[in-house]
Amino acid sequence: MHIVVCVKQVPDTKIIKINPKTNTLDRRSAPAILNPYDAHAVQEAVKIKELTGGSISVLSMGPPQATAVIKKSIEIGADRGYLITDRAFAGADTLATSYALSKALERINKDHPVDMIICGKHAIDGDTGQVGPGIARRMDIPPVTNVIEVTEVNQKEKTVLLKRKLTNGYELIQSELPCLLTVEKEINEIEYSPMPNMIEAARYEPIIWAVSDLENVDRAQLGLKGSPTIVGKMFTPPRPEGGKKLEGSADEQVSQIMEVLMEKKDLFTLQPSK
Amino acid sequence: MNLDDYRGVWVFIEQNDEKIEGVSLELLGAGRKLADKLQVPLAGFLLGHEVKPLAKEVIAYGADMVYLIDLPVLKHYRTESFMKGVMHLAKQYKPEIILYGATPNGKDLASAVATDLSTGLTADTTMLDVDIDSRLLEASRPAFGGNIMATILCKKHRPQMATVRPKVMKALEPDASRLGKIIEEKISVEEEDIRTKVLQIVNDVTKKANLADAHVIVCGGKGMGDLQNFQLIYELADTIGASVGGTRDVVEAGWLRHEQQVGQTGETVTPKIYFAIGISGAIQHVVGMKNSEFIIAINKDPNAPIFDVSTYGIVGDAMEIVPKLIAQFKKLKAEKGGEMIYV
Amino acid sequence: MSEKFDVIVVGAGPAGTSCAYTCAKSGLNVLLIERGEYPGAKNVMGGVLYRKQMEELIPEFWKEAPLERPVIEQRFWMMDKESVVSFGYKGLEWAVEPYNNFTVLRAQFDQWFAGKAVEAGALLINETVVTECIVENGKVIGVRTDRPNGEVYADVVVLADGVNSLLSKQLGFHKEFRPDEVALTVMEVINLPKEKINDRFNLEDNQGCTIEIFGDSTKGNLGTAFLYTNKESLNIGVGTTLSSMINAKMKPYELLDYLKNHPMVKPLISGGESAEYLAHLIPEGGYRSVPKVAGNGVIVIGDAAQLVNAIHREGSNMAMHSGLLAAESIIEAKHRGDYSEASLNLYREKLYDSFIIKDLEKYKDAAHTFEKYPQYFKEYVPMMNKAMSKFFTVDGTPKRDKQKQIMKSVTSERGTLRVIQDIYRAWKAVK
Ligand SMILES: Cc1cc2nc3c(=O)[nH]c(=O)nc-3n(C[C@H](O)[C@H](O)[C@H](O)COP(=O)(O)OP(=O)(O)OC[C@H]3O[C@@H](n4cnc5c(N)ncnc54)[C@H](O)[C@@H]3O)c2cc1C
Ligand SMILES: Cc1cc2nc3c(=O)[nH]c(=O)nc-3n(C[C@H](O)[C@H](O)[C@H](O)COP(=O)(O)OP(=O)(O)OC[C@H]3O[C@@H](n4cnc5c(N)ncnc54)[C@H](O)[C@@H]3O)c2cc1C
Ligand SMILES: Nc1ncnc2c1ncn2[C@@H]1O[C@H](COP(=O)(O)O)[C@@H](O)[C@H]1O
Repeated sequence: MHIVVCVKQVPDTKIIKINPKTNTLDRRSAPAILNPYDAHAVQEAVKIKELTGGSISVLSMGPPQATAVIKKSIEIGADRGYLITDRAFAGADTLATSYALSKALERINKDHPVDMIICGKHAIDGDTGQVGPGIARRMDIPPVTNVIEVTEVNQKEKTVLLKRKLTNGYELIQSELPCLLTVEKEINEIEYSPMPNMIEAARYEPIIWAVSDLENVDRAQLGLKGSPTIVGKMFTPPRPEGGKKLEGSADEQVSQIMEVLMEKKDLFTLQPSK
Repeated sequence: MNLDDYRGVWVFIEQNDEKIEGVSLELLGAGRKLADKLQVPLAGFLLGHEVKPLAKEVIAYGADMVYLIDLPVLKHYRTESFMKGVMHLAKQYKPEIILYGATPNGKDLASAVATDLSTGLTADTTMLDVDIDSRLLEASRPAFGGNIMATILCKKHRPQMATVRPKVMKALEPDASRLGKIIEEKISVEEEDIRTKVLQIVNDVTKKANLADAHVIVCGGKGMGDLQNFQLIYELADTIGASVGGTRDVVEAGWLRHEQQVGQTGETVTPKIYFAIGISGAIQHVVGMKNSEFIIAINKDPNAPIFDVSTYGIVGDAMEIVPKLIAQFKKLKAEKGGEMIYV
Repeated sequence: MSEKFDVIVVGAGPAGTSCAYTCAKSGLNVLLIERGEYPGAKNVMGGVLYRKQMEELIPEFWKEAPLERPVIEQRFWMMDKESVVSFGYKGLEWAVEPYNNFTVLRAQFDQWFAGKAVEAGALLINETVVTECIVENGKVIGVRTDRPNGEVYADVVVLADGVNSLLSKQLGFHKEFRPDEVALTVMEVINLPKEKINDRFNLEDNQGCTIEIFGDSTKGNLGTAFLYTNKESLNIGVGTTLSSMINAKMKPYELLDYLKNHPMVKPLISGGESAEYLAHLIPEGGYRSVPKVAGNGVIVIGDAAQLVNAIHREGSNMAMHSGLLAAESIIEAKHRGDYSEASLNLYREKLYDSFIIKDLEKYKDAAHTFEKYPQYFKEYVPMMNKAMSKFFTVDGTPKRDKQKQIMKSVTSERGTLRVIQDIYRAWKAVK
């Protein structure tokens, strides 16, 4: 089995700033991390590899510093990592991202045929979850999104059995290999990486590709140029009026709210017990 | 691409077990407004097996027409078969806008279709509008972790597509007398062409956060300080028979399970009563709860944005207020000898 | 057995990184282990970085390091409840190369500095806690970490694990602190727009100011407070020895709140947004608390060796310099192929020969003096304020008479003999 996991470097969204002039993320202001869902994706690949053997590659598109998330993936247990980085990729929306990644995947596939691609359910910065299914379409393999369990991998039949999360439960799906999965956090627990992995990761130097290292690339489909969506404007949502703010001591406020609630008989009543 | 070849607003009608998903009905409501503004018809498109009876309902909820593909191979949702259906319809009838519910299936389908149509797709929209002059869809969503909305536009490609959060748009009152057209289409897809099989569907109601259906929710935020203080949230919920929810920060701190997260990346909830305790009111949280009927916020910061969406605000220390509330409810129950119920 | 390195350095603060950087640059195989998410993630410092010792490691570092502002003014405040006696120095020669010192935010600086060590060839591992030294036949041969398969081995283990140094305690180099040997310091980073900072502190964009505050900042207890300017934030903090804190039944955050609301301080920070709250110990035992610093296969540097000059608030520079001396000693030990205590004691010699121990020795009685005789903080600072107030208040009294009155009130409050004793004692402690 050769599994490729797509991993993205994202700003730790808790401490993020926007550049008010360009309406883009000021990525310098927040520490960058491996997208948490992608960490679970790598961990799942490690679990699968333990059963089936084979190897795990990770692939990322991003600025040169994104090598950090590849190293992080090596810590979790990936065997090798590719970073595609080029000015031409900058400003990509999900369509242009899935295009660039699929071109890199084609090249990886040529060297080591790929049996499975795993993505995170979504990246916490953009929060779209569109890149994974996009890659699947471009590679012409079936996507299975929102996977919560890889139940079985049958290498002979080239199939996998998966549980996919639905709004009200889950469905059990059988898919042919190769396929693309996007995974939820609950699929596994990230294990605490052993020391030898840490040392390997500290030493590891990712394979770095520019656009010129990829074949048959239509540059018009890359980066900002290849992105149909643009950010029109940014605004603070209209602040609603807000309701009434209660006044007085804690006790007074509490009794006021109790009164209000008791009056709201259409919402809330006290039913005598039987 | 000639943009003027594309006309009409479409909504993906997602159905399960012969029932239309709530979000699809909400989108018919939202789509109706867009279509009226653009002066074009509103269409629902419905794919499945033996789903034709649902088409009437789609019209009752505001559509002018329904595109229907009814085939055995469409019995269960699968990306490959469904997207073939949508591609067929979109190429033939060229809508200018397509809306999908931001459900697992809706997002999955929209992503695949957008790739094949090489068009733009805006994820998890919470506000929709159109600019009449440019006929551009203005799909807005919370962005970048700040209290900020971004409007995403797709200027040069058609159709313009967006997935929309459940429970943020309002469905119209159904009108059974409305008239509309049903247009049935066929596609040639064989079961063998589809590389995934649905072996089983398990409706696991226990796993589902009972938040989405709860009448009363007590939701706690980072302002509760620590896990121990957070028990006050449980105690209040217990006393009044409510469900417990939390913000993402609380979930990340490990005080609650992921299913209990309310907000953009968690559940959207619309209970009758929502207690927001120690919650700042970040936009990502607010989009998940602002349609609750009656919101009571407790925060010690009088300027916390949560007060902007609350019906009643208590400015104070939760550690002081919540125990008093619990005591009051307990007293009331003891006096009247009963349980709280919500109608 | 898992990998063996020439050197394992525990802790990527200024001390550890300096040592790892120097060793790696000379070709040694170095593993640098840090428990934080990244170097500096949780490290705390008021924020003055001294140019000299950093420059010895990386010449012209100011051209690339993430620094906040070069310090061009140092103020000292003797603060009373509603007044302050202030003196200081501002010099534009400090605003140009090679500068004197800088304010820094450790989270950024440490990360950059560790990056330099990695560039030099050191292997950096984050999010990993060293739980103990592996000792065999009385010799440290490696460390155990909290990770699975977590043992790693080396000829020399360098302990740069900071003030608490559990590891040197485990080796018996170090006893538990006495409460008078450490200061507990709390600080906050307060975001404030650049323009406001420049206005309030009378600075240009690339100029910084430090204020050290004595007296009422610690409610008269032994300790100090500080207020430093960063690019778009302020660092404000206060600390006293643990013993004073215990004796006065103060809580550190209450003290910080008190400081932030002090009428002399409040206008400088008002409107700012609190971005971070941090608490940390500072070793203040000085000369008498320096533990054993070299053993068989092990060396202790930086705060872990208690190398802080509490009077001048120098720590990071001593940490860096001790890291450099340790590295030099390790490189020589490598040539000899001898990592015994006798061989590594070269580091001890270098350390005792450097400004570090010399400075610590100079001030060896200072903290003890001030701790034992609280009048310095409790009485003299308010007295000074009263004196200045009298002196500068224009009320028609001839200046000569004013001076007499002031001296009289000072001596009457404490008695002539005691004042002379106090001055002599203070002079002895810091001479
Ligand atoms: C892409 C993205 C998606 C996100 N999705 C979600 C989501 O789905 N759901 C979600 O919730 N968040 C989400 N967030 C995070 C969101 O931006 C906020 O960070 C989060 O909602 C804040 O949680 P909080 O209100 O609990 O904490 P804080 O913002 O830390 O607020 C704590 C509040 O408690 C108050 N307080 C403190 N002490 C007390 C006391 N003793 N008594 C009373 N009040 C007190 C404080 O005044 C403050 O207002 C998302 C962020 C991003 C970037
Ligand atoms: C509030 C405050 C203000 C100060 N102001 C100044 C100032 O203005 N100027 C100045 O020069 N000095 C100042 N100091 C002192 C200065 O911060 C220290 O002297 C200096 O940081 C010491 O460096 P170090 O490398 O020895 O230790 P540290 O900086 O404490 O670094 C120790 C490192 O080891 C890591 N570590 C600890 N244990 C383990 C373990 N078991 N396994 C793995 N890693 C571990 C820690 O995470 C940390 O990164 C101040 C200190 C404080 C607290
Ligand atoms: N720049 C990128 N490099 C590698 N993988 C990516 C990138 N962007 C998105 N992905 C993958 O696609 C998933 C969904 O991302 P998104 O559609 O941006 O929410 C992520 O979890 C990653 O697995």
